[in-house]
Amino acid sequence: MRTNISSFPHGQGERKEVFPLLMLALAILAAANIVWGSVSIPAATVWHILCGNEVPDHPAWHFIVWENRIPQMVTALLCGAALSTCGLLLQTAFRNPLAGPSILGIDAGANLGVAIVMLCMGGGVSVGGMAVGGFMLVIMAAMAGALGIMALLLVLSRWLHSAVMLLITGVIISHLTSAVISLLNYSATEEGVHSFVMWGMGTFSGVSTDRLPLFSALCATGLGLSLMLVKPLNALLLGDRYAASLGIRIHATRNLLLCCTGLLTATTTAFCGPISFLGLAVPHLARMTMGTSNHRSLMPACMLTGACLTLLCNLLCTLPSDGTLLPINVITPLIGAPVILYVILHRK
Amino acid sequence: MITLSNLSTGYDRKVVARNITAHLPKGQLVSLLGRNGVGKSTLMRTLAGFQPALGGQVAIDGHDIRQLPRTAMSRLVSIVLTERIDVAGMSVTELVALGRCPHTGFWGSLTPADQTAVDQAIRMVGIAPLAHRQVHTLSDGERQKALIAKALAQDTPVILLDEPTAFLDFQSKVELMRILSLLAHDMQKTVLLSTHDVELAIQLSDLLWLLSDDGLETGSPSHLSQNGTIARFFREVDARYDATHRVFLLNEGKGI
Repeated sequence: MRTNISSFPHGQGERKEVFPLLMLALAILAAANIVWGSVSIPAATVWHILCGNEVPDHPAWHFIVWENRIPQMVTALLCGAALSTCGLLLQTAFRNPLAGPSILGIDAGANLGVAIVMLCMGGGVSVGGMAVGGFMLVIMAAMAGALGIMALLLVLSRWLHSAVMLLITGVIISHLTSAVISLLNYSATEEGVHSFVMWGMGTFSGVSTDRLPLFSALCATGLGLSLMLVKPLNALLLGDRYAASLGIRIHATRNLLLCCTGLLTATTTAFCGPISFLGLAVPHLARMTMGTSNHRSLMPACMLTGACLTLLCNLLCTLPSDGTLLPINVITPLIGAPVILYVILHRK
Repeated sequence: MITLSNLSTGYDRKVVARNITAHLPKGQLVSLLGRNGVGKSTLMRTLAGFQPALGGQVAIDGHDIRQLPRTAMSRLVSIVLTERIDVAGMSVTELVALGRCPHTGFWGSLTPADQTAVDQAIRMVGIAPLAHRQVHTLSDGERQKALIAKALAQDTPVILLDEPTAFLDFQSKVELMRILSLLAHDMQKTVLLSTHDVELAIQLSDLLWLLSDDGLETGSPSHLSQNGTIARFFREVDARYDATHRVFLLNEGKGI
């Protein structure tokens, strides 16, 4: 595809050799997520189970590997790719390195949607145990919340070119939504509050095998649509006016971008809870490793890095040796916060 | 190439300039001069199709720009703006390659022909040694040249530049004007730039557009020099215009 007939190598700066390494890391981390878990199962036995065999001594192990670890691995992988892509889309669209789904309050919008459904529908409705009808309602509510905040931000973005203004707006939106959520919590049942709090800590174990196809389809749709934005996103790096002069239809691009981000944030938030920091940090890691802002290689790199990092976080959740799982939101800031600090300190 | 008929520019209901009628011929370097706030940028934005005309029409190559879709416009007009581009992780070559957007396919991949166009544009403005540099490490003058190369790679008959010489040192100003003059004459581009570098514009342009509250006056620098239009246009300046040497000489004996 790329011919070097010219004197200036046009892909200069793009480190394509990173892709095989990322793929390898992804494969290793995915395998590690199946082998390690809160219940200790010997690696050879895991392989035995994966080959379709039963383990007569421990009948539960078969269930753990097939119904628990594999769906969880796939969920974490897709969730990481989805959130990282969201972050990249937002950072380019807002031309702001600190844009991201959680900082901008987009997942706060999704939270609000979920809170309204969970807390107003009474107690005992956790995401895992909900009938499909109710579950779809949660997704729709999260989507409506996320898209609402996205639309608001896009309108405001005309005046919010500085990182500080955007952050302040995100903080305000988050505070407003959490105020409403507090009100809902106040009037909700104890069970409702408990399930909402548990959901809020984030987990990749909430997607059961029968929900996995829906989750995967929604994520794949969002990721696929995002990939179609590669060319307009590259032009948008120069700003709206230059992009328009290059023949990019700005409004259509912004609308598609809004839909992608809303869909991906809402899907991951509804299924896994609000996962913090990943969406903001991963695009920067991807930029550092790829050494380019060209979305044609940056976006796939972002998806792979996000998937790898999320699998790593999920693995770290199983660290307590007493068989409990740490919530995912305990781990993600440990990786995300240093990256963001680095970006702030190294801005020119 | 570009024809302005009874054009009125402005925002919403506020008219900035009205009844502008002018013609921009092919292969000429045209400088738009005028005081701050007189509507130079508004006129440039209207010509680029970023904001609608309040009256009259702009025709490029015989097409009314209101009828032209964004994609068709992008093959006719390329721009260099005053707004600073702020992007990390993009090389000069990648920036210039973005100029090929109107010609590339869905994914924006460059064909060998596209790459040749990018290389030629880079050589034409003399930034081959900078080709691998990151855009955010360039000086103001180097960045303007890179943006001109981007406009050149876009391969449009018309190039509009909004104050391309602002913020540049004198050497870079002269060099930039010479590049633009070369593009107009050797490559038959229609180049319109707005500028405050009056003497450079008078010496290097084929045509001057003088925009004031009274409207737009156009003509060649020699014609406008001889008939006293330039002297009249800059009458508020405490200097007299030497029409022979095309320079302004400060009035003596009026020290501050």
